[in-house]
Amino acid sequence: MSNRDSRHEALGLTDAQVVAMYEMMQLARRYDERGQLLQRAGKINFHISGITQEPSQVAMAFAMNTETDWFLPYYRDYGLVLSVGMTVKELMLSVFAKEEDPNSAGRQMPGHFGCRRLRIVTGSSPVTTQVPHAVGLALAAKMRGEPSVSIVSFGDGSSNQGDFHEGCNFAGVQKLPVIFVCQNNGYAISVPFSKQSAGRIADRAIGYGFPGFRVDGNDPLEVYRVVKEARERAVAGEGPTLIEIMTYRVTAHSTSDNDLAYRTKDEVDHHRAKDAIPMLRDYLTGLGLWSDDREDELKQRQRAIIDEGQAYAEKASFQSPEDSVRYVYAEEEGGR
Amino acid sequence: MPIIEYIDAIRLAMKEEMERDPEVFVLGEDVGLKGGVFGTTKGLQQQFGESRALDTPLAESAIAGVAIGAAMAGMKPIAEMQYSDFMFPATNQIISEAAKIRYRSNNDWSCPVVIRAPIGGGVFGGLYHSQCPESVFFGTPGLKIVAPATAYDAKGLLKAAIRDPDPVLFFENKKCYRLVSDEVPDEDYIVPIGQSRVMREGSDLTVIGYSLPLHFAMQAAEELAREEGVEAHIIDLRTLQPLDRDGILAAAAKTGKVIIVHEDNKTGGVGAEVAAMIAEELLYELDAPIRRVCGPDVPAMPINPPGEKHFLLNKEKLKAAMLEMARY
Repeated sequence: MSNRDSRHEALGLTDAQVVAMYEMMQLARRYDERGQLLQRAGKINFHISGITQEPSQVAMAFAMNTETDWFLPYYRDYGLVLSVGMTVKELMLSVFAKEEDPNSAGRQMPGHFGCRRLRIVTGSSPVTTQVPHAVGLALAAKMRGEPSVSIVSFGDGSSNQGDFHEGCNFAGVQKLPVIFVCQNNGYAISVPFSKQSAGRIADRAIGYGFPGFRVDGNDPLEVYRVVKEARERAVAGEGPTLIEIMTYRVTAHSTSDNDLAYRTKDEVDHHRAKDAIPMLRDYLTGLGLWSDDREDELKQRQRAIIDEGQAYAEKASFQSPEDSVRYVYAEEEGGR
Repeated sequence: MPIIEYIDAIRLAMKEEMERDPEVFVLGEDVGLKGGVFGTTKGLQQQFGESRALDTPLAESAIAGVAIGAAMAGMKPIAEMQYSDFMFPATNQIISEAAKIRYRSNNDWSCPVVIRAPIGGGVFGGLYHSQCPESVFFGTPGLKIVAPATAYDAKGLLKAAIRDPDPVLFFENKKCYRLVSDEVPDEDYIVPIGQSRVMREGSDLTVIGYSLPLHFAMQAAEELAREEGVEAHIIDLRTLQPLDRDGILAAAAKTGKVIIVHEDNKTGGVGAEVAAMIAEELLYELDAPIRRVCGPDVPAMPINPPGEKHFLLNKEKLKAAMLEMARY
């Protein structure tokens, strides 16, 4: 390790880790861009994007322990689920709705993550229902004396649902190991944050009796620091933390939305210019950890991964109609 | 065999399951030190500690949602809704989440949660302490729904629900808590989910129902046998979902004259499905049109005594309907 003064070292991240974070952000970005392309090309029915939110999603995941923690993502969390161990091939199987999709065997829309092997908890479409689930998983961990921490993410729109308030309040009372992460991207489909809330989401933590922080989503190292500290507090029995990540949704809500009906291109461009990926690349390059050659190599490597995943998923089978009516209830006696 | 009250059967089922399995715990409003507003959880916190008889904030969606999360971690939570009238804020968690977790994850995840809720009127509870919400949840694939009428079934079905790998709604009748007592063995047993039970053998007409009104039907049947020589065949569905198709069809075929009874209102109730099932399978074996004797289609019962009495079923109402059916 060099003795140069670097932010990531101060946070306890090795050079290899910060480079891995950067590569993961790029992978999520490239997967996401391909998803949009596939929808526009008519190969898939639907895609929902997390572009510009990936840097903080990756940072969140890197601050957690994938062996012990529970992950409750929301539908834009490609950066999170890829960092936790889901593969591009698996995401492709999901977006093509194929049987081998580990999230749902092609039953759910893409972005509805869930994989027990990776401790990614299954989610649905009515937003914010995952917040009380994260609290329940944390309650189970506390009752069993396990060192698990639940991290749950959701959008700014979700912060207005009763389940957000009820979940936070419950976790505060019981001092449970949960990290609530609001990815405030400024919009709930077309409704801007100014019409969603008259206050700051992070400030609501005061009412629940635990700390709340607002973080710049274009500063993934700062996101990493805040989540890591929240995790340390959770493990130490000091209870939950609410984190509001300030970001911006540069894409339309989904491939079914025309965002220029409610906002301007100038506004979008203004935020796109603040994208954290090129900034992190400059940071790594300045430290001698990255180069144009490595960037080219990464691009080739990730394109191959995405091409391969797409080709596999396109050819893969759908679940048979007979099997698509299975698993309403446990099939084996006493099975879980 | 000891005779115990329905409420004690429920309490004992929880106590024994908590002794048997450390993953079983109960959560809800007032379930801790107070032991529940009706007393169903009395003594559990003293025996098992605060965390396993957990008093929660007054927030039904969180009670259900937190229980669902714990169940996904492999725990066996019993979430108590203080009154079934208050479980509607938790409906999204129950219908969108608990019911669909196994299916939507292609069997990767499961949700072995039990949600207990007292149903029914006759306690001067007015509109919001008296409802029977079964039909709101009935017909949601992924949920199991039970509604015992006796202490024996309450204990055995609750134990079965706790051990079940899928979400079970346990609708206990609050009027039955202290009104109903019957023989309950000391030793461990379960009543399998999905099986109806013949309460009374008869050959003149069939009564199919669940929960409290069955006791009125039983009383009416005894009087009709004595006074009119009419013998009613009565079955208790016990489980509303999945319905015991074979049991229902056998009971209907036995007499060819069917009355379906429940306190939940008539339109869209469980009885509609039971009637449809019979019509689909054995219409030509019926000797009379199927009749449903249920709560009226008003939002919920009033608190004033004549209004409540008018809403509720009782022995007289059932006796009249049963005699009419027998003579059809």
